[in-house]
Amino acid sequence: MSAPILSLSGVEAYYGRIQALRGLSLDVGEGEIVALIGANGAGKTTTLRTISGLLAPARGSINLFGESIVGMRADQIVRKGIVQSPEGRRIFPRLTVLENLRLGAYARTDRAIAGDFDRVLSLFPRLGERLKQKGGTLSGGEQQMLAIGRALMAGPKVLLLDEPSLGLSPILVDTIFNVIADVNRSGVPILLIEQNARKALQVAARGYVLETGTIVKSGPAATLLADDDVRKAYLGED
Amino acid sequence: MPEIHQFFQQLINGIALGGMYALIALGYTMVYGIVELINFAHGDVYTLGSYFSLSILALIPLSRYTGGWQLWLIASCVIVLAALLCGIVGVLIERLAYRRLRNAPRLAPLITAIGVSLILENLMQIWKGTSEVPFPQFLPGGLGVPDNVFVVAGVGIHERALIVVVVSILAMLALNLLVFRTKLGTAMRATAQDRDAAQLMGININGTIAWTFFIGAALAGVAGFISGIYYGTTFFLNGYQAGLKAFTAAVLGGIGNITGAMLGGFLIGIVEAMTSQYISDQWTSVVVFSILILILVFRPSGLLGEQVPEKV
Ligand SMILES: Nc1ncnc2c1ncn2[C@@H]1O[C@H](COP(=O)(O)OP(=O)(O)O)[C@@H](O)[C@H]1O
Ligand SMILES: [Mg+2]
Repeated sequence: MSAPILSLSGVEAYYGRIQALRGLSLDVGEGEIVALIGANGAGKTTTLRTISGLLAPARGSINLFGESIVGMRADQIVRKGIVQSPEGRRIFPRLTVLENLRLGAYARTDRAIAGDFDRVLSLFPRLGERLKQKGGTLSGGEQQMLAIGRALMAGPKVLLLDEPSLGLSPILVDTIFNVIADVNRSGVPILLIEQNARKALQVAARGYVLETGTIVKSGPAATLLADDDVRKAYLGED
Repeated sequence: MPEIHQFFQQLINGIALGGMYALIALGYTMVYGIVELINFAHGDVYTLGSYFSLSILALIPLSRYTGGWQLWLIASCVIVLAALLCGIVGVLIERLAYRRLRNAPRLAPLITAIGVSLILENLMQIWKGTSEVPFPQFLPGGLGVPDNVFVVAGVGIHERALIVVVVSILAMLALNLLVFRTKLGTAMRATAQDRDAAQLMGININGTIAWTFFIGAALAGVAGFISGIYYGTTFFLNGYQAGLKAFTAAVLGGIGNITGAMLGGFLIGIVEAMTSQYISDQWTSVVVFSILILILVFRPSGLLGEQVPEKV
């Protein structure tokens, strides 16, 4: 692996007095999909919130292209190119689909926005049919498409996805994973959090296993898929 | 005067009054929509609007001979400056008093808001004293020129009432364009709906919240100017009653809902005018605040609010 694009080292984070991250370290390299798996409450969402600047780390470093982003505001971090599609989709329910997508490109001023807009609509044709509708009127699957589409509108240099397939029908899960692979092929590195650990490890190059705020295992995705402990704990096998 | 003419007369008065309430109510509702704070100092910013207007007017050599387009030019400049100054005050209030309490328990910012209100009222008391202050009624005809009255189908319409209605509607149209057609407006609505998600879009929410305070306070400044023109007088405690009534209007329309604040403002204005005509002047506050209590009990989301109130 070449020099990592995004690199976390020894990150600790708290909610009040509750420690949620305990010295977490991970890297995302050029052009790779990295899966972060772990049980409910392990700290996956907290990891992404900390990277995005929504939560300030108490200790540790977070570097993007070798430059520290700790202490930057969340909106500044977006401008640096780290874009997140958060857990629970968090689309704006009372804005139209079009407004939601435009907000994705809020921080941008370049001329490639129109091209990205067309690309999002070709990845998710359903959004194109519903541009005038309020986000809150979309089905769960469509809202997920909107959340990912909105993140792509930001022209991410690194994409963080928090449980993008949660609660979707199997067909929609496949659609979403195809899009993830497609976006990655265009060169965008992705840090992927998934309930569906098997699918995540199948699409990822490498993976990390998170338990109570710290990484307990990491390696090539194929190795983790074959690992006995991982199979038992996260892939539902005995 | 025939019964029906009297009714329409009061309807027009009510609409003029309602326009001012609507302008003030917008500030309450926008601020509530974005930070869930009832900014009790907002009514006093409205009074400040007429105080700033007075001070600006004092710099302009108005005489009974100033007329025509010059009057409108002066009025426009005073409105813009008063709105700007009030907007700056609004931003300062947010920055100095409310921002650091954004994640504090709700009671803290509420009490702070009452404190800010008292500070503003006391400052204005020091500034221009405790009696009513005359406001130069230079519109529409010039200083000291009596107000024109149009008679339409037997109903007299004062030109001053017309100015109030036109200015408040223009300001509301501008606000609608800003909130629903511009990037800043979209950012404001997004921040109101989901602050974290808004940050993830690259929106600087501190900036957006500051702009919301600015715009709300500026609208109150516009209302302060036109109230001076309409009543010909101002008073350091004007904003107390007017603020409470405008707050009622915002709740009636559905707090957090922009269209609701405008609707609520006009309704409260009309109710007040009708009460003073058909019941008694002294009962207007009782009626208006009874409405507030009734809404809070029976339909807390207001006329246009959804169960979860629609924000900015
Ligand atoms: N807002 C919060 N306040 C307090 N504790 C929280 C908050 N969010 C998460 N936690 C706690 O932090 C830990 C990690 O949560 P989270 O990052 O959401 O886990 P995951 O995404 O892996 O399910 C959990 O123990 C959770 O209870
Ligand atoms: Mg989570």
